[in-house]
Amino acid sequence: MTLKVRIIPCLDVSNGRVVKGVNFVDLVDAGDPVQAAIAYDAAGADELTFLDITASSDGRAATFDMIARTAEQCFMPLTVGGGVREISDIRKLLLAGADKVSINTTAVNNPNFVAEAADKFGNQCIVVAIDAKKVSAEGEEDRWEIFTHGGRTETGIDAVEFAQTVVAKGAGEILLTSMDRDGTKIGYNLPLTRAVADAVSVPVIASGGVGNLDHLVEGITKGHASAVLAASIFHFGTYSILEAKRHMHKAGIPVRLDP
Amino acid sequence: MSVAIIDYGSGNLHSATKAFERAVHEAGLPIKIHQTDDPDVVSKADRIVLPGVGAFADCKQGLDAIPGLRDSIFEAVEDRGAPFFGICVGTQLMATRGMEKTDHKGTPGFNWITGDVVEIKPDDPTLKVPQIGWNTLDISRFHPVMDGIPTGEHGLHAYFVHSYHIATEREEDLIATTNHGGPVTAIVAHDNKVGTQFHPEKSQKLGLAMITNFLKWKP
Repeated sequence: MTLKVRIIPCLDVSNGRVVKGVNFVDLVDAGDPVQAAIAYDAAGADELTFLDITASSDGRAATFDMIARTAEQCFMPLTVGGGVREISDIRKLLLAGADKVSINTTAVNNPNFVAEAADKFGNQCIVVAIDAKKVSAEGEEDRWEIFTHGGRTETGIDAVEFAQTVVAKGAGEILLTSMDRDGTKIGYNLPLTRAVADAVSVPVIASGGVGNLDHLVEGITKGHASAVLAASIFHFGTYSILEAKRHMHKAGIPVRLDP
Repeated sequence: MSVAIIDYGSGNLHSATKAFERAVHEAGLPIKIHQTDDPDVVSKADRIVLPGVGAFADCKQGLDAIPGLRDSIFEAVEDRGAPFFGICVGTQLMATRGMEKTDHKGTPGFNWITGDVVEIKPDDPTLKVPQIGWNTLDISRFHPVMDGIPTGEHGLHAYFVHSYHIATEREEDLIATTNHGGPVTAIVAHDNKVGTQFHPEKSQKLGLAMITNFLKWKP
C-alpha cells in the first residue's frame, strides 16, 4: 500500500472556455471545460488542472463560474492557476471549488506572498508553478532559469534555488514546466525535473514536452517527479488516461486503477 | 432530516456541499442540505458536517470568529447526539490540539478525539510531504461509515492532501490508516462523531459511498 503516482490532464481556459482545443469523441461541446472535466473524471484522471489565461476581470468571473460548475459535477481534485495576485483571489478560487491554487508570476515577484498564502490556507493547497528554461551553454554544467509572462520575460533567477526558496516559504507542491520542451513532444526535460525534485521535500509535478507514454514513465523513474501532467496527448485522444495508467503500471509504477 | 454543512470561511465548502447533495439525490433520501453559518440552523440540525481546507490555527480562528457557532455545534453534537462528520482540517479540529503554525502550546481543538495534530514524518526520506494524491485504506476496526466499501491494498483509493494528521491516544478512536512511510491516520471516530483526514468529496466512488453511509448511520 503506497501513495500512487498521479496522472494530471491540464486544460488551458480563457473566459470560461477551453482555448487549446480538446478533441474527444462524444463531447457535446469541446470548448466547455466542464464537459472536458466530466470526461476526464469518468476516465479516471487523478486530478485536473485548469490554467486560466484570461486577462480581463469579466473573464475572471466566467472562470469562477466554470470552477463552480465543474465542482458540482466532478468529485475529483481540481487545481486552478493563472492570474493569482492577491490572497482574496485564492479564497475566491477555493470557495468556487478549487482544491489547490497555483501561483506563478506573483511568487517570482514576491516570494513572501507564498508564505502569506500558506499561513492562511495551509501549505498543502499552495502550488508554485515554475517555468524554467536552460541557460547554460553546450558543454557547461546544466543551469536553468525562471521565465515569466508565458516564457517571454527573463528573470535571471536560478530554477533550483527558487524552488527551494518557495518551499521554505510554504509551497506544498511544485508544478515544473520546461519551457524548452513545452509543445515539442520529445519528452520532459529530465535533468531539470530531477534537479528540482531531488532538491525539495515536496512533490514535483513534471510538465512540458510529453509525446508518448514512455515519457510519462521517464518523468517518474528518471525525473523523480511525484506526478505527471500532460495536455495534448490526452486532449486529442492520442492516448486515454487508462492506457497511460496501464503503461505505467506495466513499467512498475504504482498507479490508481480503481474500477 | 436536515444536514448542516458548516460555513466558516474555510475553502472547499462548495465541493463538500455538492458531494452531499449528490449522495442524497442518488440514494433518494429525504434530506435537506444547509450550507450555513447560522447557529440557530446548526443547533437544530440532525447531522453536522465540518469541512476544512487550510491551516489548523487559521480554521479555528475562522470558526471562533462567528458568534455562537462553536456552541451551536456542541449543542447539536454533544447535547443532542447528532452525528458529526469532519473532513480534513474539520477532522483535525476534533482533536485535543493542533500543532500547525503555532507555538509549543498548540491551538486547542474540540478534544473529542484525544491526541495532538502533528506533522507526518515518513520514515523514507524520499517520500514527499505534503502527502498529495490517492492512497488505499487499512481498516483498524469496523465502522458503519465504511460498510460495503472495499479497502486494503486492492480496495478503492481515497484522495489525501495534507501535511498533518491526528496522533490518536486512544486505540479505539482509530478506524483506518493509510501508509506514507509508516501509518498515517485516515479515519477517526468516537461515539456519534467520525472524521476523515482524506477528502471524501474528492474521492469519487469511495467518497460518495462513505457520505451515503454517514447519512444513514444511527449511532
